Amino acid sequence: MVQKLERLRETASQTGGPYVHIGCLPSFTGITSIFPEDLGRSPIAEGARGEIVTITGSVYDGTGWALRDAMLESWQPDASGIFPGHEGADPAVSGFCRFAADKDSGEFTLRTVKPGAVRARDGTLQAPHVALWITARGINVGLQTRIYFSDEDNSADPLLARIEQGPRKQTLIAEATGDGSYRFDIVLQGPGETVFLDM
Amino acid sequence: MTDPLIPRDRSAHPDAYDPGYKTSVVRAPTMPLLSLDSGPTEETGPVFGHDLLGPLDHDLTQNFTQGAGLAMGERILVHGRVLDENARPVPHALVEVWQANAGGRYRHVKDGYTAPLDPNFGGAGRCMTDAQGYYEFFTVKPGAYPWPNRGNDWRPAHIHFSLFGHAFAQRLITQMYFEGDPLIPLCPIAATVKDRSQLDRLVAPLDMAMSKPMDFLAYKFDIVLRGTRQTMFENKPEGA
Ligand SMILES: [Fe+2]
Repeated sequence: MVQKLERLRETASQTGGPYVHIGCLPSFTGITSIFPEDLGRSPIAEGARGEIVTITGSVYDGTGWALRDAMLESWQPDASGIFPGHEGADPAVSGFCRFAADKDSGEFTLRTVKPGAVRARDGTLQAPHVALWITARGINVGLQTRIYFSDEDNSADPLLARIEQGPRKQTLIAEATGDGSYRFDIVLQGPGETVFLDM
Repeated sequence: MTDPLIPRDRSAHPDAYDPGYKTSVVRAPTMPLLSLDSGPTEETGPVFGHDLLGPLDHDLTQNFTQGAGLAMGERILVHGRVLDENARPVPHALVEVWQANAGGRYRHVKDGYTAPLDPNFGGAGRCMTDAQGYYEFFTVKPGAYPWPNRGNDWRPAHIHFSLFGHAFAQRLITQMYFEGDPLIPLCPIAATVKDRSQLDRLVAPLDMAMSKPMDFLAYKFDIVLRGTRQTMFENKPEGA
């Protein structure tokens, strides 16, 4: 016998199911009488400092079909790379957004400020990125990934550097399409599969 | 400065691919997940204040009508604690729930089940844990419902839970089942959790001590979120 470790196991994840919007984005399902507004409608308020960017994309399954029922969440620092709640953070940046794939086209849009580079604990600088979490019917454990930007210098980013296959790095980089707009598609499975994080 | 997260124990969770749950087959990544140490992006997360909550947010029997009418069904209190892997309470955690009505019908255009909508029930609610990690909300027991998967699959009665801790990488969505439901062992979604003790932990026991005579029954559902590697001897509550 040995001493007992006083640790608990994390509660098991279960799929959000087809009706995840009822709980997370109720107005998307026409339920508007419970809360004054959905949580995380925008990651920024009026007056947020920095460059406003719009990221558009779809979440594709293994057959190439864009999910109509995906729910996404993003989390990011302000334009200086400071996370909300930390000293010096831009008060107009909440950093958190919830958004859904369109029920007809499957396309999502995230309008935010472009985040600044983030300094890690060991002092290394991470290229500007937005953390993304994806849930939907058929997704048993929420999927974590990151959005980087094609017009930033991503060459020294430690996470991207850990991806051995060059083309797979591209799955995390939103492509600038002009006027502050970016395209970021997520492929759940198969050719071009997005890199998801064990996080 | 934030603390590093304990790497996720994937054996506690379902696999992405589970052919018994057909929709997962085309939505499951096939490449290995990229492992990394947590950093500021993962260790921080949105902070929600108590001012977010309206007076009826935690009462699903009334919140859809804002008190004008009561939902149909067996009235229940669901309560429990949110802890982390170090068994420390997670205070001020946002708990969001959604569910079918007492007949097993969701208020959603894609739900065409025969059971009728309840004009007094929306099916969403939310609350926050207190300083000791306790939460509670009031609702009606959801009904079981059929769903298109194999020839004759039914979901056991369940409540969907979404949890925020203090770190974005603590994010968790799960489902709570009810003690004694014979549909649990038949359910392919419950069965995505392969570890029997992990599945058992999704089943809330009837808690007569917390029920109120002539008013409501109670079920207890404790939840564990990821913890951090503690770097100090002090036994501080998470986020303090
Ligand atoms: Fe459900």
